[in-house]
Amino acid sequence: MSSSTTTQTYVPKTRVGKVTDYVDSRVGGSGIVKEFGRKIFPDHWTFMFGEVALYTFVILLITGTFLTFFYDPSMAETHYNGSYLPLRGVEMSVAYASSLDISFDVRGGLFMRQLHHWAALLFAASVAVHMLRVFFTGAFRRPREFNWVVGCVLVILSLAAGFTGYSLPDDLLSGNGLRIIDGVMKAIPVVGTYLSFFLFGGEFPGTMIIGRLYVLHILLIPAVILLMIGIHLFMVVLHKHSQFPGPGRTNTNVVGYPVGPVYAAKAGGFFFIVFGILAAIAAAFTINPIWNYGPYDPSPVSAGTQPDWYIGWVDGALRLMPGTLGDNFDFEFMIPFPWGVNALSLNVLVPALVPAAIVFTLMFAWPWIEAWVTKDKREHHLLDRPRNAPARTGVGVAGIVFYCVLWAAASSDLIATHFLVSLNDVTYWLRALVFIGPVLAFMVTRRIALALQRKDREIALHGRETGRIVRLPHGEFIEVHEPVDDYKRYKLVSFDSPEVMVPKPDENGKISLLDKVHGRASRFFFEDRVAPVTPKELEASHNDHHGEIAGAKDRESIASH
Amino acid sequence: MIMADSSNGAPGTSVTVATPGRELDEFENPGLPPHRPRLADRDPRAEKRAERQVALLFLISVLGTLLFFAGYFFVPLNETIERLRLQNLMLGLGTAFAMLGIGVGIVHWAKTLMPDHEVTESRHEIRPEKDRRDAEKIVNDILDESGIKRRPLIRNTLLGAALLAPLPAIAIFRDLGPLPGNSLKHTMWDTGVRLTRDPSGTPIRASDVTIGSAFHVIPEGLNEVENKLEEKAKAVVLLMRLDPEELNPSPGRENWGYDGIVAYSKICTHVGCPVALYEQQTHHLLCPCHQSTFDLEQECEVIFGPAARPLPQLPIEVDDEGYLVASSDFQEPVGPSFWERG
Amino acid sequence: MKNFSSSGTTRGRNHFVKALSQRRRHPLAAFALLLMALLVTGGIYAAASTANEAQAQTTTFTANDVEEGSKLFSANCASCHGMGATGSDAAPSLVGVGAASVDFQVGTGRMPLQMNGPQAQAKPVQFTEEQIRQMAAYVASLGAGPSIPSEEILDASEGDSSNGGELFRVNCAMCHNAAAAGGALTRGKFAPSIDGTSEKHIYEAMVTGPQNMPVFSDANISPEDKQDIIAFLKTIEEQGSPGGAELGSLGPVSEGLFIWVAGLGVVIAFTVWLTSRSS
Repeated sequence: MSSSTTTQTYVPKTRVGKVTDYVDSRVGGSGIVKEFGRKIFPDHWTFMFGEVALYTFVILLITGTFLTFFYDPSMAETHYNGSYLPLRGVEMSVAYASSLDISFDVRGGLFMRQLHHWAALLFAASVAVHMLRVFFTGAFRRPREFNWVVGCVLVILSLAAGFTGYSLPDDLLSGNGLRIIDGVMKAIPVVGTYLSFFLFGGEFPGTMIIGRLYVLHILLIPAVILLMIGIHLFMVVLHKHSQFPGPGRTNTNVVGYPVGPVYAAKAGGFFFIVFGILAAIAAAFTINPIWNYGPYDPSPVSAGTQPDWYIGWVDGALRLMPGTLGDNFDFEFMIPFPWGVNALSLNVLVPALVPAAIVFTLMFAWPWIEAWVTKDKREHHLLDRPRNAPARTGVGVAGIVFYCVLWAAASSDLIATHFLVSLNDVTYWLRALVFIGPVLAFMVTRRIALALQRKDREIALHGRETGRIVRLPHGEFIEVHEPVDDYKRYKLVSFDSPEVMVPKPDENGKISLLDKVHGRASRFFFEDRVAPVTPKELEASHNDHHGEIAGAKDRESIASH
Repeated sequence: MIMADSSNGAPGTSVTVATPGRELDEFENPGLPPHRPRLADRDPRAEKRAERQVALLFLISVLGTLLFFAGYFFVPLNETIERLRLQNLMLGLGTAFAMLGIGVGIVHWAKTLMPDHEVTESRHEIRPEKDRRDAEKIVNDILDESGIKRRPLIRNTLLGAALLAPLPAIAIFRDLGPLPGNSLKHTMWDTGVRLTRDPSGTPIRASDVTIGSAFHVIPEGLNEVENKLEEKAKAVVLLMRLDPEELNPSPGRENWGYDGIVAYSKICTHVGCPVALYEQQTHHLLCPCHQSTFDLEQECEVIFGPAARPLPQLPIEVDDEGYLVASSDFQEPVGPSFWERG
Repeated sequence: MKNFSSSGTTRGRNHFVKALSQRRRHPLAAFALLLMALLVTGGIYAAASTANEAQAQTTTFTANDVEEGSKLFSANCASCHGMGATGSDAAPSLVGVGAASVDFQVGTGRMPLQMNGPQAQAKPVQFTEEQIRQMAAYVASLGAGPSIPSEEILDASEGDSSNGGELFRVNCAMCHNAAAAGGALTRGKFAPSIDGTSEKHIYEAMVTGPQNMPVFSDANISPEDKQDIIAFLKTIEEQGSPGGAELGSLGPVSEGLFIWVAGLGVVIAFTVWLTSRSS
């Protein structure tokens, strides 16, 4: 890299140097290299999911651009005349016909379609896993709250990108998906019918929807995603990456590898790895076989009609909601108004909106909810190990279980046929599980986290069990424990363990309602806690359990007996 | 022993930071563990081997690219699925090897041959107090110079204009679609419209419909109308014949069927999927999307699932030539509920 | 676009007419004519229920077949279906179900029933082809019903798979899945996968409507259309998917599970390798 240490005009000598200097002196590249060339990034496998999301997005842009060259978003009627014989002569939309042409008549088109769709599924999955990693490690805490919110927006955008893309082939499967969207929209009070007519350009299905979704899918949504990714990464640079606690790592430093060469090589190589994995999957595994589904037509439908996994939970909620309770109560209300009767379909509105509202509200607000409970206003650059925040981890797992139950509900028919159980029974069980499951998951997870903390405590205090049983001269059997070294022990003991905050009465001796609620929340979070081992405890345990702690000296003494 | 965190180089202490080691009784941070040399750091032969491995991986990538070209140019498509499958496999695996060769090669290079000493860098305050003060002053100067505080007339009129100006941007979307009107309350069915087979459009005689059979039905002439799919989305009907004994028509609906033949809207009253699954022994209709189940013996009452309303019945009769025809349109709107449905 | 659509439909009809005229010279034309004649005469006979099932009966049964079938029936079926196959509380009457029904139910192993359940399931066949033919002959002798289809009509290579595909999607896909992978019905019943089912059994299932499957009589779906449906099913069964392994043809759920388990699994394996120290 060209650089000048003197104030005199720098004259490059080599040809590369000349070109570099020419560019550098016009764009200020030296400054950028100075800033980023040796920037430090901490290394941990869980930190890679954001990169997976970024790389799959790049792959989506590449493959998607290819697809746009051949895809025609028109809903005009045509008769298929391509290579796929079981559909030849069938009446269909131009959009579907061009999707078939991409699959059967454009060389590499099928590969690009499959790569695009598999990348989309992995994109949404990696966004979700990245978000879970940030949640479970507490990386959303100050100063990263806003970046968490940007991430939440990106989650919603990736759902939107996925859904709009899913609908574009205009096949039977996606068409029935749109039909469901239309039905849900119409259930919205007052404006629902109008929204549906505006979206579809008239009555369902109309001739506009595919073109509109196409513009959203290839222009608006990717543009906003790019913008959000820009903000997201800018804030990552601003905050510097967080890191797990451990020897040498503090809240005021970053320990890891410099961008050049190690981190750049690993991150750059990883792009090719993700691309390669997806290419291998697209080579050997069919995704969205649109030729099986046939063109969209409002009359047919296929058994096993489901959306992609990231929308599946809403479909599952729609399946679980009963339309009626008993013989006399149904969830569709006819409300008499002076101008006539209007219909309110809670059997559609509740499952379509309530679970999403709960999940997204909690998601967006979580950094502030937790900060309110802990009253913790400090900056956190050291992450929590999930076990060291048992309540938060429990909430996260409860959310995962909630999602999984709803996704399972969206596959209730497949569960029924593949496990030879009654479809109706599956629905009954899942109706119960959607409420009980998250609660159980919270309790079990918190217990497991606390148990793991206790195990850590044991190891920090007494060392690892070696499985070697030794008989002492006086006849007692003991298991030899191998003490952990300072570095390993520090990993086990360096964490915060907040305690319950008891609400304090004010000068009038009263406790405000908010304080009471806060006290409850604090108890809910931190009632059960395991404190980190202190040096004093370690020393005491050495003295109390002499023999059980087989330090190096102890072992020698045992061996010499 | 207390860990001296502030010595780690964070300038300024205006931000409280969560630091393990705040209290006295905590473990000291032992610092980075000693660096452990890798095989390639100690053994020149291992180093050489790693170098060869990386080069080999890059060569695999080259082979992958060649495989791609082989698939692209030497596997011509000939309308058979096997050919396409082979081509897809070769293109995909070629790309996979090309990418994985490069990726794994670079990472292997970084892991084995590039330095693996962990480096420490200090964090800086996100917003130093001095910056805040400077920025505050700048903002105040800007506000002063603009005079926006001193000239409320300008400020308020600007506010009003700015609030109003985006409204056309919303209004201009009005023509996204027509108003619903009462289009959702009518279908193509009308008195005397023949029931025909989907998709061929051939009419159906009453004698064609034997007990236990199910016909997927569209109104006659549907295939010729301009907005075929929109009409079809409302008009599709499922036609079935049961033993007349098993039907329990409510008063006023006794003659909506013909000798055990009944016709019901196929559009689910939940969110609109085609309720096309007919179980001829139980006489249940099942929606494959959300499993709403309707009982034909009780005029398609909902007996399971998320739908709340029975499927609308199409009143039918037989014309002079023995063909099934509709007696009228549906007596209520078909498909999912909407606010104006009433 | 609207002009386009109307011209499209006209073209569609021309196509249809052309197809019809082509079929007139088809080897099956005489057969179809015979069929129509039978339909007309059969119409008089058909009073209310099991009418229009007339079709070319190529399998001719002898009196001996009927007698042997009667013996087999008494020994194996009568305990549920009653002597004379008139039915009992446990099982329906078989009078008028036709030879096709017996051939399907026994030929796929669904009968004799192994145990009571939501529905009879396919299992290894219990009788020889000869025995099945004899029992079919006996049941067919009890009353008119759908007969075993002829070889010609079952020849998938003669069918039009794209017409068959369209009919399959309208009439069958909602239960059996668009790729014929099967689907769930209410209360433990299900529509089985049609993958690997023989042409004959597919045809017989359509004309007889076994268990909860509706009957698709020839008045609903003509024998030629049935042949097209069979052609479609055999085409997709034989060709497989151009994109590689089909993951059960179950749609987005299996795709989602695959990316979470296999896709993300491999990615995680790589991240762990990538961030681990070299030895």
